[in-house]
Amino acid sequence: MNDLSQARNFDEFMEGIWRQNPVFVMVLGMCPALAVTVSAVNALAMGFATTFVMVCSCALVSLMRRIVPKEVRIATYIVIIATFVTVVDYVIQAVSLELYEALGAFIQLIVVNCLILGRAEAHASRHPPLAAVNNALGMGLGFSLGLFALGAVREILGAGKLFGVALFGANFQPWVVMVLPPGGFFVLGAWLLLFAALKRRKEARLAAQGGGHGA
Amino acid sequence: MSAPSLSPPQATPATSLLKTLGLVSTVCGLIIVGAYQGTYDAAAANRRLALERTVFKVIPAAKSMNEWQATPQGIRPAGGEAAAGTVKFYAAYDVEGRLAGIAAEGAARGYADAVRILYGYSPACQCITGFGLVASKETPGIGDKIVTDKAFLANFAALDVKLNADLSALANEVKAVKHGSKTNPWQIDAIAGATVTSRAVGKAINDSAQQLLPKLLPQIEQLRKKES
Repeated sequence: MNDLSQARNFDEFMEGIWRQNPVFVMVLGMCPALAVTVSAVNALAMGFATTFVMVCSCALVSLMRRIVPKEVRIATYIVIIATFVTVVDYVIQAVSLELYEALGAFIQLIVVNCLILGRAEAHASRHPPLAAVNNALGMGLGFSLGLFALGAVREILGAGKLFGVALFGANFQPWVVMVLPPGGFFVLGAWLLLFAALKRRKEARLAAQGGGHGA
Repeated sequence: MSAPSLSPPQATPATSLLKTLGLVSTVCGLIIVGAYQGTYDAAAANRRLALERTVFKVIPAAKSMNEWQATPQGIRPAGGEAAAGTVKFYAAYDVEGRLAGIAAEGAARGYADAVRILYGYSPACQCITGFGLVASKETPGIGDKIVTDKAFLANFAALDVKLNADLSALANEVKAVKHGSKTNPWQIDAIAGATVTSRAVGKAINDSAQQLLPKLLPQIEQLRKKES
């Protein structure tokens, strides 16, 4: 029983990281995903900031799920999310001004990230706090992973660096368009293509297997 | 006769809605105030550090600095009410407390939003000796070359900002010129492909220096030694 529920929790956790990955599968939160992923550090910072906001607000939404009337639930969720975004805003300023400048307005815009409101409404408001936190953590890490996949590729191609460390010699001519807005779309498109191809291959394999068993 | 089932099953009374919103707002307000109080010191220290780092970068000999204000009546240490027409600047001192240079901020519109810079001024040669970025949103890989392009930075080894004879303005306006057409020491050779950003740097320095230097230079003796 305990093992079973643990396995289910883990499944739920992995859901956000892989099967329901917010960036590559649900294609949610594209605004920050395209805008701030010019470097791996920015992408990770944005991902962790979003994760923090999502985990905290889902915990609070879940704790309050019995006392919030349905008429005001959206207003309540937005206030709660905005609160934790403000907290993140202050914390990033205290940690690193450089990072704060780099992320710019996108920290404040976490408030309207549909991913977070979606989690609060679809999951946290119907589940006890632990399950909500578990799910939010998985989704948040999945989002961070997605952003990192974008940011790392763009930084390597567009600046010839990863985490600010130069990878190629001084003669490397960076592919500047990759750190400009169009690069975000190129890289996202390439990743989506890869994931769609993987999914199609898996489906084909499952269909072949299923056909074999059925016959 | 399905009308009754269309009405909301149980409408929540307004007082309960208000109570919930009030409770949520109170909790959220407390969290925000707590976070603000908790991070205030660290954030202020961060801002001060970032400023110091930029000042020390444009004036390499500097080891400490004081904040000053230049007013039409003269200069005075910063603090108190800043009247209209005052310009903030930083006096930087070396290890022995001798004036190493002056740093001041300037801003001008670049390609995307304002480019805010901090430049170092040496009273000895009456020239700009370097600049650093405070904030900019210029295009990565193009406009942000202004802090990495060696040929561009060479413009600021000794950029001429001498005052005119009656000390009322700069003798020559600092200006960014098209790449390759610099002929005078007060001109800035723009980066090819990043002309707009290069011009913004020139304009930021010019605007700020025109404001500050006529007020500052006649009083420079006050700043020679660091006040303890």
